[in-house]
Amino acid sequence: MKTKRMFTYLFLIIAALISIFPFIWMVISATNQSVDVTKGTMLPGAHLVENINNLFSSVDMWQALWNSAKISVVTTVLSLLVASAAGYGFEMYRSRSKDIVFNILLASMMIPFAAIMVPLFQMFAKVSSVVPFLGIDTAGAVILPTFTTAFLIFFFRQNTKMFPKDMMEAGRIDGLSEFGLFFRIYMPTMKSTYAAAAIITFLNSWNNYLWPLIVLQSPKNMTVPLLISNLGSGYAPDYGLIMSAIVITTLPTALVFFMMQKQFVAGMTGSVK
Amino acid sequence: MISIFYFYPMIQALILSFKTGRGNNLHFTGFDNYIRLFSDTTFLTAVKNTFIYLIIQVPVMLVLALFIAVLLNDERLKFKGFFRTAIFLPTVTSLVAYSVVFKYMFGAEGIINKFLVNLHLISEPIQWITDPFWAKVTIIIAITWRFTGYNMIFYLSSLQNVDKSIYEAAHIDGANAFTQFFKITVPLLKPIILFTTITSTIGTLQLFDEVVNITKGGPGNATMSISQYIYNLSFEYTPNFGYAATVSYSIVVMVLILTLIQNKVGGDKR
Repeated sequence: MKTKRMFTYLFLIIAALISIFPFIWMVISATNQSVDVTKGTMLPGAHLVENINNLFSSVDMWQALWNSAKISVVTTVLSLLVASAAGYGFEMYRSRSKDIVFNILLASMMIPFAAIMVPLFQMFAKVSSVVPFLGIDTAGAVILPTFTTAFLIFFFRQNTKMFPKDMMEAGRIDGLSEFGLFFRIYMPTMKSTYAAAAIITFLNSWNNYLWPLIVLQSPKNMTVPLLISNLGSGYAPDYGLIMSAIVITTLPTALVFFMMQKQFVAGMTGSVK
Repeated sequence: MISIFYFYPMIQALILSFKTGRGNNLHFTGFDNYIRLFSDTTFLTAVKNTFIYLIIQVPVMLVLALFIAVLLNDERLKFKGFFRTAIFLPTVTSLVAYSVVFKYMFGAEGIINKFLVNLHLISEPIQWITDPFWAKVTIIIAITWRFTGYNMIFYLSSLQNVDKSIYEAAHIDGANAFTQFFKITVPLLKPIILFTTITSTIGTLQLFDEVVNITKGGPGNATMSISQYIYNLSFEYTPNFGYAATVSYSIVVMVLILTLIQNKVGGDKR
């Protein structure tokens, strides 16, 4: 029994170390000069500020951060509105075709993005000439196909199952409209579900790579993942600079995660209960 | 919305897959694209690579995740919160960011080689990125690092819903940890294991960010994934949207077949 216990701890410690190591290495590398990183140093250096200055002077990091923030925030807000309304609708209202529609919706979760990206790109290429702000190389084109996901609707529907429906009846008797019911009663009660959904959507959007890579073409519209990917593809990479860029972009997501760890985990698992 | 951005493109892709031509000059050619598929060595390599990832990485990761979840579910364990957070942390990183970090960690001059040499596990640096075999290994290690914690959380949360008295009864009946795991834990978690298998399979079939950012699909096409090939066909080489759509459909077919198989194998005794 004692040895089993020892083994458990040893195993978990190794697993935890392997999980954390790349983060430590990344932060240490961000504080060192490129030469030291290639020497394999594991000691923090004094070049963090220098690396960050180099980063901001060599690429338009502010622009990329702003683009990413804009896209992620808009995506998250739209996404929550639409998905929660849909999840609410699916659970609260009875209609015969509901289950069929819902199953079709779930089936869309099975479709790999790679399978639709080509026609999707063509769609947006056509839209470009008609509605400029939704065409290729705009934030709109990044947001539009990504803000509704079947997963999120499913997630809201699952959580709505636990919503006390008597409250709706009470609200109706007090004379609230259907919109009033949704905004004044449902939304405030489902706060924690919204929080979980917001984190998931924000992280996904902030980290999205493939679709922005396809639709965003000019450097000024680049999002952070695109920028990082470009930084890493040069012939003589400046490791310190690249690592400081990665630290800067990982920091917000890691902070969001630490602050809202409970909701985040609940959000991920809530969908499969 | 979903129907506009998922199903309409699906139908468009199907129509496209019967067309061929460069750029926007497309014309119908029937099944030509589908015939080309089977003699296209790049495509076959991409499929082979993707299946190597699938067959090795998904089982290893899921078993590892389940194992860690079972260990962490022990009530007497100390520092549970720390272990859980640490192992889950990779999940919040962006695919691009962690891929770039891994690319440098596994470089010929990278920290991993330095470690292994200093520990005298290897005598000279392994060419992680430039050797066809080790490049695949690197990709597999990277994906496992990123997604084990993700799957672990699903297992952990469903383990916490399992009634403890079942284990107590089994313990009294003299079942050891091993028997308990295979006779109680695995059957009870069957639905969630099925769920994670399907999502991981779909995830692996769509593999893109890691391959592009760690190895660029190289050396040669040794690590190229199907998604990357579709991307190259549409946006890197002279655009051939028709053929790219045909390749896309091969993924849809694979997802369908694999999901059906997994449902058959895992879904019978719910």
